[in-house]
Amino acid sequence: MDDIAITASGLAKKYRIGASKSHGLLGESIWNAITGPFGRKQDVDDERDFWALRDVSFDVPRGSVLGVIGRNGAGKSTLLKILTRITTPTLGRAELRGRVGSLLEVGTGFHQELTGRENVLLSGAILGMKRAEILRKFDEIVAFADIGQFIDVPVKRYSSGMKVRLGFAVAAFLEPEILLIDEVLAVGDSDFQKKCLGKMSEIGHGGRTIVFVSHSMPAIQRLCDRAILLDHGRVIASGPTNEVTRRYLESDLGSIGERRWDDPAQAPGDDIARLKSVRIQPVGGGSIEEMDIRLPVDIEVEYWSKAPGKFRPTVNVHVFNDDGVCLFVEHDWNNREWWVSPRQPGLVRSTCHIPGNFLAEGRMVVSVVISTYNPTKIHVLERDAVAFHVVDQSEGDGVRADWVGDYPGVVRPMLEWSVQVE
Amino acid sequence: MLLSRKAKSSAVPYEVIVIGPRHGWRELGLRELWAHKELLFFFIWRDLKVRYKQTAFGAAWAVIQPVALMLVFSVTVGRLKGVGPEGIPYPLFVFAGLVPWTLFASSLGGAANSLVVSEHVITKVYFPRLLLPFASVGSFVLDFFISLGVLAIVMLIFGATPNWAILLLPAFTLMVLVAALSVGTFLSAVNVRYRDVKYVMPFLIQIWMFGSPVIYTSSLVPEQFRLLYALNPMTGAINGFRWALVGGPQPDAAIFISAAASVALLILSLAYFRRMEQTFVDVI
Repeated sequence: MDDIAITASGLAKKYRIGASKSHGLLGESIWNAITGPFGRKQDVDDERDFWALRDVSFDVPRGSVLGVIGRNGAGKSTLLKILTRITTPTLGRAELRGRVGSLLEVGTGFHQELTGRENVLLSGAILGMKRAEILRKFDEIVAFADIGQFIDVPVKRYSSGMKVRLGFAVAAFLEPEILLIDEVLAVGDSDFQKKCLGKMSEIGHGGRTIVFVSHSMPAIQRLCDRAILLDHGRVIASGPTNEVTRRYLESDLGSIGERRWDDPAQAPGDDIARLKSVRIQPVGGGSIEEMDIRLPVDIEVEYWSKAPGKFRPTVNVHVFNDDGVCLFVEHDWNNREWWVSPRQPGLVRSTCHIPGNFLAEGRMVVSVVISTYNPTKIHVLERDAVAFHVVDQSEGDGVRADWVGDYPGVVRPMLEWSVQVE
Repeated sequence: MLLSRKAKSSAVPYEVIVIGPRHGWRELGLRELWAHKELLFFFIWRDLKVRYKQTAFGAAWAVIQPVALMLVFSVTVGRLKGVGPEGIPYPLFVFAGLVPWTLFASSLGGAANSLVVSEHVITKVYFPRLLLPFASVGSFVLDFFISLGVLAIVMLIFGATPNWAILLLPAFTLMVLVAALSVGTFLSAVNVRYRDVKYVMPFLIQIWMFGSPVIYTSSLVPEQFRLLYALNPMTGAINGFRWALVGGPQPDAAIFISAAASVALLILSLAYFRRMEQTFVDVI
């Protein structure tokens, strides 16, 4: 038994969706208490029940790193919340053998009014470190965070980057036997991310067991020995990381060329901007399943812009390939006219035109972000919103010309050449 | 290498955490609380730090409130005949009641909100949730000691000298704390689900004050209501506290009713808290 650090068997979690709208009212509760005995039994499944997780079982051998992947809403976070004991499962059971540390956000327990120094102590304690342990590692933590004199300044005066660095520094020095991590690495600048990933790999090789939930395929592939793929709350694949990530990238997600939210109340976003739709529009024929590599393609994003004036939402599209590599990020401020124009509330459609003879072959996955700057704030973040397939059927007139073999490169732009013969 | 690891694992068994749905009533979780006492002190320390950061008067606020109330009550209610017992100056009498009352009222208010204001932590990391209301109450103990110092000064001014009964002061203070913990813990759990608690709090605390012998002596309560009155945990706590410091009528057997009510309330609300605890994150 000592070789298995985590066993999960039949984990399930049920939420009641309909109830969430009204459960905050004492009146309804009293009414239910009065009428309850005459009504139907509470435990019966009804249409208001939502199973976020169903019959999830897996083992994690001691010292290995398990990746958990899946679309938004597949149940990844719920699984992590159960393993971290933040919430209890409705059914099933899990056993964790070893001291558990969890990391669901960077800077857990930080208080805005406290200084960096005070927050290191507080956050360390909340994450499960003993006081003596924190004090012993304190200098190392501060050095790792690299925030210099700011350590004695209240965290509310920090830039978001500094906050992230300090938060991660505390977390990086946790020494649990089992570490449960959400994709907290998605934040921070890339150099720092690398440093953190390095630190985590160190932890991995230190014989610790890790469960890592992420959207980032490169991170999953780099860190994890094995992975499980969740879909609609169930495990639909498990095994070596490469197989499972391939399965994920090739799954039905591939055929979604359009996503729309007709009800603004349900749409992703906040009171500044709300996403209405994301659409892949082949220009000049073809389908999203077979997009001609030579032809342009449009990514069309519609959103409700809600605040006038000083909030200037901008649409960002992130295009990833099948390996999860981000090919490029584009934003609509590249349209200079729009950039300087005053904003009015209303429905906005921003379209990014990707030229033909630019992308490589394979599946492209698009994530959409709508943000405002100064200060930077993300209003909409829709990961893996849409996807399409690029095929190269060029007949000698494409980038590959007459070459029919494997053609490397993450993009396949057709560039100008000049050739001179001396 | 393999051998050494094996040796280690048999020498130091891994701690095992079992996760599963919980049904019915469980033990009250005090053992787990004790295991996390260090974190409890960190939370108390945080609450104290945060409370007085960016305030001009800092911890002086712990004193200003009861002193102001003492002045107001002395020039108003205090002028009525028979509202305080014979032989004790009314300002001293009312202040000796306000000190434990303030401890109760502030801890109760803090505890009731403790889970809701820590929502961002509760949803991100596990620790025994009971730490939060307990830490809230704990953080007001320092305020209490400060106002106790002021009470000592007031006693000096009025020339009141305590006798052996002062030795019982910790016991009566504990009664106040148990009362605050029990009601505070219960309300903190209710507050997660029903934010109505926020609106009930000021009202509840006000009513409760007039229902406790803070500004009047309990002998004013009609005979037929005495038993009911004693069921209020604060009745016994305040009467005892005041008697231990400034004298006056010695508490009778009714104080045991208060103490018993307090302990019963604590057990019930801890049990309720444990039951509600597992759904906190789903509904907060």
